[in-house]
Amino acid sequence: MNNPALPELSALRQAARWRRAEVIFWLLPLAAYFAFPSKLVLLSQMAITALFALSLDLILGYAGIISLGHVAFFGVGAYAAGLLARHGYADPLLGLAVAGALAAIVGYLSSFLVLRGGDLTRLMATLGVAMMLFEAANQLGAYTGGVDGLQGVVMRPLLGQFAFDLYGRTAYGYSLTVLFALFWLARRLVHSPFGLSLRGIRQNARRMPALGVPVRARLVAVYSLAAAYAGVAGALLTQTTQFVSLDVLAFPRSAELLLIVVLGGAGCLYGALIGTIVFMSAHHFLAGINPQFWPFWLGAVLVLVVLFARDGLIGLGRRWAAPATEKR
Amino acid sequence: MTILFDGLAAGMLLFLISVGLSVTLGLMNFVNLAHGAFAMLGGYVCAVLLARGDVPFLLALPAAAAVCGLAGLVLERTLYRRLYAASHLDQVLFSIGLTFMAMSAAYYIFGAQQQPFVLPSFLRGQIRLPGVDIGLYRLFLIGIGLALAGALQLLVSRTRFGARLRAAVDNPRVARGLGIDVDRVFTLTFVLGSALAGLGGALGVDMLGLDPSFPLKYIVYFLIVVAVGGTGSITGSLLAALLLGVVDVAGKYYLPQIGAFAIYALMLATLLVRPQGLFGRAAAK
Repeated sequence: MNNPALPELSALRQAARWRRAEVIFWLLPLAAYFAFPSKLVLLSQMAITALFALSLDLILGYAGIISLGHVAFFGVGAYAAGLLARHGYADPLLGLAVAGALAAIVGYLSSFLVLRGGDLTRLMATLGVAMMLFEAANQLGAYTGGVDGLQGVVMRPLLGQFAFDLYGRTAYGYSLTVLFALFWLARRLVHSPFGLSLRGIRQNARRMPALGVPVRARLVAVYSLAAAYAGVAGALLTQTTQFVSLDVLAFPRSAELLLIVVLGGAGCLYGALIGTIVFMSAHHFLAGINPQFWPFWLGAVLVLVVLFARDGLIGLGRRWAAPATEKR
Repeated sequence: MTILFDGLAAGMLLFLISVGLSVTLGLMNFVNLAHGAFAMLGGYVCAVLLARGDVPFLLALPAAAAVCGLAGLVLERTLYRRLYAASHLDQVLFSIGLTFMAMSAAYYIFGAQQQPFVLPSFLRGQIRLPGVDIGLYRLFLIGIGLALAGALQLLVSRTRFGARLRAAVDNPRVARGLGIDVDRVFTLTFVLGSALAGLGGALGVDMLGLDPSFPLKYIVYFLIVVAVGGTGSITGSLLAALLLGVVDVAGKYYLPQIGAFAIYALMLATLLVRPQGLFGRAAAK
């Protein structure tokens, strides 16, 4: 404003500021810890899934890359953490770091395959990468346990202080802290020039090079970053459940994750979080009633969301509140 | 030799099931992941007719195709048509949703077990030639596959309907301007694709088995066929399916420890070299 050479950026700055509703939102999981002490295992699963959904939202909602194989990185992280712990490196934070780094490397390498061609090619390439990893984990039973899963993962206490207990107290605190830290980072990122350029790429990939944005490099970067996030989420799951099943790499998990992100509202970080909360709660109750018909409701919701609520719950909420407050 | 033949037969079966997808996805550019669900429906119709209705196999096949075509008609009219203009992501989500619902419904009606299925006697048995054993049913599959591929190729490239379809896909607005009823063309094409899925599903019960997890278990294979073959090309799908069938069977026979790895590797390699598929048109969106 003071410098006339700089364009008006106050709107962007304002969008980046923390709002009161967000602070309240983040107090909810803390309240949940005291409100549902018997459901801590479910709650930490939620935190982990939320982190995973966040990572898909980064590439789907912000960069516009459709992925049917995001489980690949989740699985890499899960197995990396599990194998590391089994071979004596049982420090949880070290496991997280290694899993994230490894997933980022896999993401970086596969990004060159994925980022070619149109939507369909991307769909197939992501799916192909995930299926190959699934087969690899299935066949390398000597290392991964194959269909029986990787057992005997024992973690050292977190920071040398907090042992993982049976009730999941440590697990919940740990998952939630990691989720919050990475969410904070992602929030910084999407409001940075880098994040804005990603949105620009999604909206008009042809125009961005004219603005001096290296499109490919940006996409590769965000794809690798999202892979790292997914890897960390996978590692968290391994460390808190002390078990890796082959199912971490299976296709239905990718489909569920897509549903979560779209249900919540893609292109908004809170969409991923809210989608996770709604999805996991619904899963918990409906599958509790009758596990076999859970997929039916899942499918019905997917169809309805696509037909009637394309911008997800966040979008519904916005439209509902639209006349009151003009935001974004 | 026997492996080559079995591979060709497996590939032909793969082609028979995925050709419907190559019609909806390839020609109409709709990412229809519910294709496996249509194939499953065809399989169940055929299995039920054979087991309980005592209908001859050769009659059950067109019946399966007809039921699936009808289901395709209803779904297209009510739901699918709203999504032609939607993004690929929406189409993916929508059709995954349909698939989940179909799987649950199948579980509700038929239970989780494999459906019993017995081929008629004239399709059982083998012909022994020097160096190669030919299963009669496999021979039957190859015959049907070739006939269908030829007929479809003719339909798309030589008939008036084919010309209209290609026009409607390439540029719906101009096609409308030329007096082509684009909605009707799309509906008919979708019905054709669903009917082909049903036929393929019915033919596949014997070799692939049939239970409620069928749509998810095999959809990846069908997608691979279309991706490798290139969208919008019937011959491409045929050649891709044959190639995949041979690679899959040979891979499982010679290197059982790598399992299904070979076929995924083949797909990724193809996508790496030619993102639009082996025979795809570069112009496809």
